[in-house]
Amino acid sequence: MVGRFFKEFSLFSAVLILIILAGIFATLYIYASDSIHQFGWHFLTTDVWEVGEDDEGGVFGGLIPIVGTLLTTLIAMVIAVPIAMGIAVFLTEVAHPMLIKPVSIAIELLAAIPSIIYGMWGLFYFAPIIQHLFGGSGVGLLTAGIVLAIMIVPFMSAITKDAMNVVPGVLKESAYAMGATKFEVIKDVVMPYSKTAIIGSVILALGRALGETMAVAFLIGSIMKFPKHLTDPTTSIPVLLANNFSEAQDLELSSMFYLSLVLFGVSFIIISIAKFYFLGRKR
Amino acid sequence: MKRRLTINKIILALSTLSALIGMGFLFWILGTLMYKGLATMHWDIFTKDLVNGGIRNLLVGQFVMALIATVIAVPLGVMAGIYLREYNSDGKISFVIRNLSDIMMSAPSIVIGVFVYALYVDRVGHFGGWGGIIALAIMMLPIIVSTTDNMLSLVPKELREAGIALGGSKHKIILQIVLKAAKIGLTTGILLSFARIVGETAPLLFTSSNSQFFTLNLNEQFPSLTVSIYNLATYPDQASKDLAWAASFVLTVVVLIINLGGRYLTRNRKK
Repeated sequence: MVGRFFKEFSLFSAVLILIILAGIFATLYIYASDSIHQFGWHFLTTDVWEVGEDDEGGVFGGLIPIVGTLLTTLIAMVIAVPIAMGIAVFLTEVAHPMLIKPVSIAIELLAAIPSIIYGMWGLFYFAPIIQHLFGGSGVGLLTAGIVLAIMIVPFMSAITKDAMNVVPGVLKESAYAMGATKFEVIKDVVMPYSKTAIIGSVILALGRALGETMAVAFLIGSIMKFPKHLTDPTTSIPVLLANNFSEAQDLELSSMFYLSLVLFGVSFIIISIAKFYFLGRKR
Repeated sequence: MKRRLTINKIILALSTLSALIGMGFLFWILGTLMYKGLATMHWDIFTKDLVNGGIRNLLVGQFVMALIATVIAVPLGVMAGIYLREYNSDGKISFVIRNLSDIMMSAPSIVIGVFVYALYVDRVGHFGGWGGIIALAIMMLPIIVSTTDNMLSLVPKELREAGIALGGSKHKIILQIVLKAAKIGLTTGILLSFARIVGETAPLLFTSSNSQFFTLNLNEQFPSLTVSIYNLATYPDQASKDLAWAASFVLTVVVLIINLGGRYLTRNRKK
């Protein structure tokens, strides 16, 4: 009797995951439906976000935050990928055994720092440096992208490191025996062997970068405008939600839900691709 | 030949440089926090509420929400993990749930906030502590599921077989043998995921929102340390900024201590 209840409860808990996930999609869709009916797919290509007269109606399009999200993510990826690969190579092939543990813990702690702290530090200490070096107001695409890069490096390097660690020693040794240098072993043996996991880790980090909110909220400038330069302020989907969701009503609120649905859908697809095609599905 | 050796040296140096960059940022951020945090820290911020320039109510609020979320998410997550590993390890449904749970773990936290706004705030008509708790619990659930699933898979089959041989029923074997064997790993997982949600901001912004006053009433706007940091940092006056730094320092110290504590537990086991 107890055993039966125990089993049923465990099944319920497991199915709860499905219910929540389906619930998120359904709820976002229902709340977004006004905006979806009004604007359809054009929502994604419209760069206007204006509340109508007397707070009635209005025109809403998500193009500016969508572009802002994509650009910050792109900048973050361009910076983070080489650094993360470098760290993974350092931890698996270069570092003295004594250094491996402390360095990998330090990198993992980077992932443990709450994102709001990255935002605080970035706004008061990092943004002024960017302003000094590149001009602009300090907050903008570039600052947000760089700080975002630091935040996703630990995820990428952890997965890549694990993949590089399981490359069979025999393979590497036979390359060394042929006279290959360490770099050649990494390039021609280690990288090809762990290729799929590396691509998976990059895509996974991409999915994370898309949805990062607080650090970017401090640093992107939060202005509903397309950036003309790398240092210009703009906005992203999570930042628009974080700053304007509470005050939004009616059609604007529905458009906010539309944006959430887009963000959730896109990151769901990206993370699924990383998991299923590259990181090996779990059995 | 010489060129190959030079390239080799350059690449290895760049790789070392990457590690230095990563560590450099860690120490830069932690150093800034120490410097600003200790400079702005006064003991009386722990005895005053936000309305009087302290963080007492914020610390209590943040902790209460994260703790109740943990109390909700841990049993559900552990039970779900038990189902996936002990009852239906190779089943189709377990395969689907296991992977969807992993995907949910990486879902944007702000979207969870939006979802709970629709689910809770829009229903009851006001912000409330329960909203924050639901959002944090949803964030925590997939982490606990995945940890439990992984930890239970490390428990040797022989232990379960010994339980069966003694005539134990399935749920007794799980509760008294399997969970016990996985205890340390599970504790670490729970600590790490607690450290993760206690520092979350985005899911709280429009669920619990924030409060300047001390309250334990979960049906009204609830004080949050992280949401307050976000607000205080953008106020123009220096006193607010200083308080934001002090609060950031306290938050980071707490998060890192829990994190390192969790790691320390598993390190001992490996010896």
